[in-house]
Amino acid sequence: MNALDLSAVRRGRTVPRPDRSPEPSPEGGGLRVRGLSARLGRSEVLTGVDLTVRPGSWSAIVGPNGAGKSTLLRAVAGLVPHEGRILLDGADVDSFGPRRRATEIGYAPQSPVLPDSLDVREYVLLGRTPHRFLLAAPGAEDRRITELALERLDLTGMAGRPLKTLSGGERQRAVLARALAQGPGLLLLDEPTSALDLGHAQKLLDLVDRLRIEEGLTVLSTLHDLTLAGQYAEHLVLLADGRVAKAGPPSEVLTEAMLARHYGARAEILTGPDGVRVLPVRAPR
Amino acid sequence: MAGAGRRRVAVVVAVVALVAAGLLGVCVGAVALPAPGVVSSLLGRAGVHVGTPLPSVQEEILVQWRVPRVLLAALVGGLLAVAGASYQGVFRNPLADPYLLGAAAGAGLGATVVIGYGPQNLGPLGTVPAAAFVGALVGVGLAYGLGTTAARQGSAGSATLLLAGIAVTSFLTAVQTLVQQANSDDLRQIYSWILGQLGTASWHQLRLVLPYALVSATVLLVSGRALDVLAVGDDEARTLGVRPGLVRFVVLVAASLGTAAAVAVSGLIGFVGLVVPHVVRRLAGGSHRIVLPLSLLVGGAFLVLADLIARTVVSPAELPIGVVTAFVGAPFFAALLRVRPGSTP
Repeated sequence: MNALDLSAVRRGRTVPRPDRSPEPSPEGGGLRVRGLSARLGRSEVLTGVDLTVRPGSWSAIVGPNGAGKSTLLRAVAGLVPHEGRILLDGADVDSFGPRRRATEIGYAPQSPVLPDSLDVREYVLLGRTPHRFLLAAPGAEDRRITELALERLDLTGMAGRPLKTLSGGERQRAVLARALAQGPGLLLLDEPTSALDLGHAQKLLDLVDRLRIEEGLTVLSTLHDLTLAGQYAEHLVLLADGRVAKAGPPSEVLTEAMLARHYGARAEILTGPDGVRVLPVRAPR
Repeated sequence: MAGAGRRRVAVVVAVVALVAAGLLGVCVGAVALPAPGVVSSLLGRAGVHVGTPLPSVQEEILVQWRVPRVLLAALVGGLLAVAGASYQGVFRNPLADPYLLGAAAGAGLGATVVIGYGPQNLGPLGTVPAAAFVGALVGVGLAYGLGTTAARQGSAGSATLLLAGIAVTSFLTAVQTLVQQANSDDLRQIYSWILGQLGTASWHQLRLVLPYALVSATVLLVSGRALDVLAVGDDEARTLGVRPGLVRFVVLVAASLGTAAAVAVSGLIGFVGLVVPHVVRRLAGGSHRIVLPLSLLVGGAFLVLADLIARTVVSPAELPIGVVTAFVGAPFFAALLRVRPGSTP
């Protein structure tokens, strides 16, 4: 039971991949979003968004409240009607059927619903849903991968516990395990740390980073904590008013001028060996 | 796997309980039938000859009256309970029951209209059950149509559907009350139908209900995993490759068909569809993959026992079975609430 097992499972998908799109993409794999626009009701929430996430890397979407961060993530997950192209390893995600999409993309929402009625193992097993005809019982392979996912997230000891008895950090790990059990190449995390204190947030992000490296996952997350975003993501996309205001490495995106302009915030930027730190500064009285 | 093992044990226990309740149900009554003779007679009918069968008069009582009644009680109880568990899953609401979307109000209106104005007992089954069956399906259809139109999208969300069900139920109940007031001579008959009864059970009724029951139960029993996925919410279900609107539609159609069939032959028996799933959840955990089959079995056993009480305590008269299910079931459930904190769907 080691990391290789699960990534091997991921590569040997149970749902066969259809043939690759005829035109091989010059820019290679990973996630590429081109000209993405989305409306919620009458208002346009995203306008012509372009972003690229290298395979196996971690990108974070940052931006002030209401900038469209979650909507962008939800559009990639197929939950929001949109225009534009979303390409995963060169293939158009919107041409996938729901089951194929679910085996390629794992999504952890900002406020996941953890049903009271299930225990941790049953919940993680739900991640295997797209790999099997819905009316069929889960098979030995599904159970094996579920156990691996539980182990990877250190949940084996509490696998039989009802979800409602879990703490905030344990809940987030259960959601991650469920997404991992889907065997996706791309992991979408919407504010994974929003319900966690600093220590638990760091532990969770360390875990995600380890999974990214060991399982070869591509990660796209929203993160409202700019310091954590600057430390964990290698690429940031600053969204403001539904448009990409700036994209690049944290040191280029998290500047005092950018934060003042798009957040209306006063902050000092410190650069440490672990990345960029954002320090709020109180207005002079 | 601990979960699977517990599931098997629970199912075996529930099957044993159902068989035991059934045996008790066919033995006890105005004429007591000895259990060994009953078993021997039943086996004899199946072509296995062991022991001494009952004398022919008693065997006639057993085969023509007791067995169809017990089977019908088991079928109705099982259908209502599994439909209730499905409704609770679809609506993610512990207060949901099979009558929620207008099935009861529609059936009540159908039966009341026929009792008040219609020709009675023309067909082999009687027109009241047919009217109740149609009324139940019309009630659910109205609620679903209204909910879907209100959502203005392909699939109605569960909250919209629930509100539509309340609107349809109130309206149909108002019409039913109006018809009932206009036919006060028939009040007693209407009430006794509404409170539920299995006194007219026969092989013929069983044969009529069985196809709907089989279709309904089969679809619901294989939907456990889909309902578990639905429990994480529509968005997450979609990212797991499931179409929540489709699952809701299929499960509601199947559950409503079973409910309509049960209501047609037994009237409005309350409590079973609401509470049996909760009892099961408290005893065996909350995954729909275990709650649905166990509800079917436990609901059947529960209604067989309730019917046994209904026809014996004031013999030769009968209590309405809906009174018994609530009178016996409510205290039992109250005790269980105190002893076993459980999960909601």
